[in-house]
Amino acid sequence: MPSEPAQSFEELFRSLEEAVAKLEEGGLPLEQALSLYEDGMRLAQRCQEMLDQAELRVTRLQEAFAAYREEGANRSLREEIGPYPEEDEPLAEG
Amino acid sequence: MIDVYSVSQLATYLRELLETDLHLADLWVEGEISNLSRSTAGHTYFTLKDGFAQMRCVMFRRQSGAGIALENGAQVVAHGRVSFFEKRGELQLNVDFLQPAGVGIWQAQFERLKAQLEEEGLFEPSRKRPLPSFPRAIGVVTSPTGAVFHDICQIVGRRWPLAEIVLAPTPVQGDQAAPGIVDALAALNREPDIDVIILARGGGSMEELWPFNEEMVARAVYASRVPVVSAVGHETDYTIADYVADRRAPTPSAAAELVAPDRADIRRRLAGHQLAMAGWLAGQVARHHAEVERLALHLRRAGPDVHPQQERIAALLRSAMASVAQALTARRERVNGCAIQLRSLDPRSTLARGYAVVQRRADGRVVAKVGHVKARDRLDVQVSDGNFPAEVSKQYAF
Repeated sequence: MPSEPAQSFEELFRSLEEAVAKLEEGGLPLEQALSLYEDGMRLAQRCQEMLDQAELRVTRLQEAFAAYREEGANRSLREEIGPYPEEDEPLAEG
Repeated sequence: MIDVYSVSQLATYLRELLETDLHLADLWVEGEISNLSRSTAGHTYFTLKDGFAQMRCVMFRRQSGAGIALENGAQVVAHGRVSFFEKRGELQLNVDFLQPAGVGIWQAQFERLKAQLEEEGLFEPSRKRPLPSFPRAIGVVTSPTGAVFHDICQIVGRRWPLAEIVLAPTPVQGDQAAPGIVDALAALNREPDIDVIILARGGGSMEELWPFNEEMVARAVYASRVPVVSAVGHETDYTIADYVADRRAPTPSAAAELVAPDRADIRRRLAGHQLAMAGWLAGQVARHHAEVERLALHLRRAGPDVHPQQERIAALLRSAMASVAQALTARRERVNGCAIQLRSLDPRSTLARGYAVVQRRADGRVVAKVGHVKARDRLDVQVSDGNFPAEVSKQYAF
């Protein structure tokens, strides 16, 4: 998801919970409450989509931790391991 | 030129010589306690001896004795460092930990480090940090081969595939393990998006699990910027790393379950929120219905068109209904399954295959036998797409 600077699931979910709490608390002008409702439904939809579309990414820090110290790099490279084997292809015991 | 030293210089030289020897700075000695005495300051002095030799020992007040009662004649294993007490010109062992002899040395080392780190506050419950509710990137410190990493990936993939798993590979037994674990923890801590780390190893003997009892590993866990969940060996194995970690899981699989929320639970919570909002909207609509009507009348009289508001409310209601419907989809699917089964029993499907139902017009009775009709009886014949009248001309029995 590098191309997506979108909000994290946690942020979306928290906004949704806030919207629901505010609605249930009541006391908002109808217009405001309705747009809160619309936002809430959109957030819930977005959350469901994220849950449906998610695919586990498995990466591995490249060896040579020593490179950190020598080159003073502050971020290592991650190499993708994948596609990750399914249930019926167990890794070799080690 | 021959140097002449003062006694002080010699004593200092000896002390420095002894104290810079790494082996003498960290050793275990077994022997019998004798000449036990306590100073008013609370320090304890005694001699450790065996059949051939003896050594003066001091244990300063704040050092624990692992709760054992010191007495002359007791056989003990002492940990400490060798020093030279200049004032009295004596070599002595500064003891910081004592165990009754007979306890395995691994166990003694374990207890010593545990007591020391506990006193330093590394196990403080107040320091334990909560795990993230929805982790974005989960660091895993373990061996790249073997079942542990595979199991963790399986479980996280099933429960919370929104996360990324980042493996920091390291050996988990042998001499390279402790420094490897320290490096792996540090490397993961340099990745800005990692928000929790699992430190895991499968089951093994106490010796195989030993790296997780090393002081450097304990300190690296303590130094971690993000919470660490330890999962070393089987449920009954406790390591020092377990005490320092923010959470201890009984097994690596349990650690994965602890770290990854269950997608199905979150789905249910989302559906609950959607239903709550739909319910709220229905309530609002009911409460405001009369008022909207009244306002609509006023507005209609006043001129402006209220159509858009009505449209919007209708649209919102539709979306509310849709989300309720979504929550009921599973149940509906089950009902559909039953319907298909029922349909196969429906007489209409028999008609569709070319059979007909024949009834007497007079009383509606179904004609199943030749004897049910006589000539010129009027009949109704029902086929798959309708019916038509008929009349009996003759009867034939098979």
